[in-house]
Order: sequence, then structure tokens, then C-alpha cells
Amino acid sequence: MTIRVLALLKNNKTAIDIGEAGAADIDAVVALDAEITGTAKPEYWSDILKRYTGSNQHMKRYFLVARSEKDGLTGFVVGEVRAWEFGSPPCGWVFALSVRSENREQGIGNLLFEALCTEMKKDGVDTIRTMVLGTDKINLSFFRGEGLASGPYVELERRLD
Amino acid sequence: MKLHKASQYALYAVLHLASDADKKFSTADIAASYDISIHHLAKVMRTLVRSGLIESVRGVGGGYRFAGNIRRTTLWDVIHEFESLDSGIDSPDDVSGNAEVVINGLDSVMKEIDGLSRSTLDSITLKTLLRYGVDNLERDN
Repeated sequence: MTIRVLALLKNNKTAIDIGEAGAADIDAVVALDAEITGTAKPEYWSDILKRYTGSNQHMKRYFLVARSEKDGLTGFVVGEVRAWEFGSPPCGWVFALSVRSENREQGIGNLLFEALCTEMKKDGVDTIRTMVLGTDKINLSFFRGEGLASGPYVELERRLD
Repeated sequence: MKLHKASQYALYAVLHLASDADKKFSTADIAASYDISIHHLAKVMRTLVRSGLIESVRGVGGGYRFAGNIRRTTLWDVIHEFESLDSGIDSPDDVSGNAEVVINGLDSVMKEIDGLSRSTLDSITLKTLLRYGVDNLERDN
């Protein structure tokens, strides 16, 4: 399956190409993720590439990247359709979304998120969910800005000491 | 949680100033726009200047100017100077025995509620807040 979205950013000058991630994108994805989280995880991202692209598309999994001619890879999003977790009908999950700090506030995150939503709508789901660290102000406010709000499920956890 | 009047006034002021970030507005302009006490608003404005969200411009034609970013400044950034998220429990200081166990349990629950309140308030930018307001108005009409 090929996913391609071509769009102009808010400045009306920069063309952005949203498409499926490929092996050539992984170094840039690892670097962007490391810039944001402080930890480089090459094995993790290679594994995500293997499981979320190419022939795994029938699993309704998506790993999309945003590229511009000038800056190369500027952002990425990863998500999948999950079903029947604690009774939840199939819904879209987004579990990673990052945009390079120097490319923020231009609408790239919105393009990536909307491209993911478009694919998931085609899969027949009508809800998209995510889970964000309560102190991660940038991602929380981004998803709020995209219209996400508290839903009927509550995240719970405990330490396994 | 019930928001104090000062928080509402702070939001009126910040959103009013942010509506035209290049323009300066006086306390009187803002108070008149929202039909609120100029005296109370003046105190709120001083606090907002201290927190760096707005700037005071002195001299002829002076007033206040928005100094933040409407896409980044959150509800919590604006109201945290006026609100406490320490819900607390109205219990005597010298609780002991079985009561202490219950109070400790309740204390942990209240802290969790406060944490969720803080996360929610800190996740909604001024831009998103305005959209919620417009969406609700459109739904109601």
C-alpha cells in the first residue's frame, strides 16, 4: 500500500511529502527521537519499521514520515488499529509523533496526524486514542489542539517491585 | 475545583491582549469589555506582568501587551498564580490509629486528583480553549 500526501506548509512555500517510512529514513528517525527523548534506540525503530510497514499493512499498522526537499525528514507518526482491549471496539491508536524542533509550528504534526486519521478511517474506525505523559506539555497540547480529549478509559499502572 | 474570580479575569485579560498582540490595551479597556471591576483587574494585571505573560508599556499611549504564544501558553500558565491545586483534607492534625490509615489513603487519592487536574489544565493552550468555547456556543445554538 502506498500512502502519499503532498501539502504546502502554512508559509505556502515549503512542500511536504507524507509517505510510508522506509529503510533510508531510519537514521533520521532515530536521530529525531534521540533529540527529543535523549535516548537513541536504533533496534527499536528498525523493529517498528519491520512490523509497521510493507507487507504488514494488512495488520492496519502505519509508520508515516514527513519529508521536505530542504530539510529532509522533519517528522514521523506511528499508529495502529487495535480491537477489543477491555471491550473496546476497533479504534486507532497513535503511539509516537515527533516533529524536529526547528520545523515546529508550521503544521507538519497536523499533516502527519491527519494522514494517519485518513488511513484509519478507511480501516473503518471512528475513534483515535493516544497516551501521553502527563508532564509532556508539547505533545499533550498538540493532541488537545487536534481535538482529542479525555475518553472513557483511564490509564492505571503500578511498579513491579 | 472551582476557579477563583482572579483566574477568570486573568484569562479575559490575556485572551483580550492576545487577540491583537501588536496593540496595547489599558486595564480600563479590558475591564469595560468584560464588564468587570477595574480595581480587581488591576491587581490581576500586576501578577500577570510578574509572571511574564504580559508586558507593561509605560508612557503616553501605554498599556499592556501579550508576551506569550497563544499556541504554546496553557490555561495553567495563566491561572497558576491564582489557584492552588492542593485539595487537602479537612482533618485534625493529631489523627492516629485507624483514622490515620483512612486519612493517609484519602491523601493519596486527593494527590492523584490534583495531578490529573494539573495535567488537564496544562494541556489546553489558549488557542484550544477558544476553540472549545466556539464549539460549545455553536452546539448550544
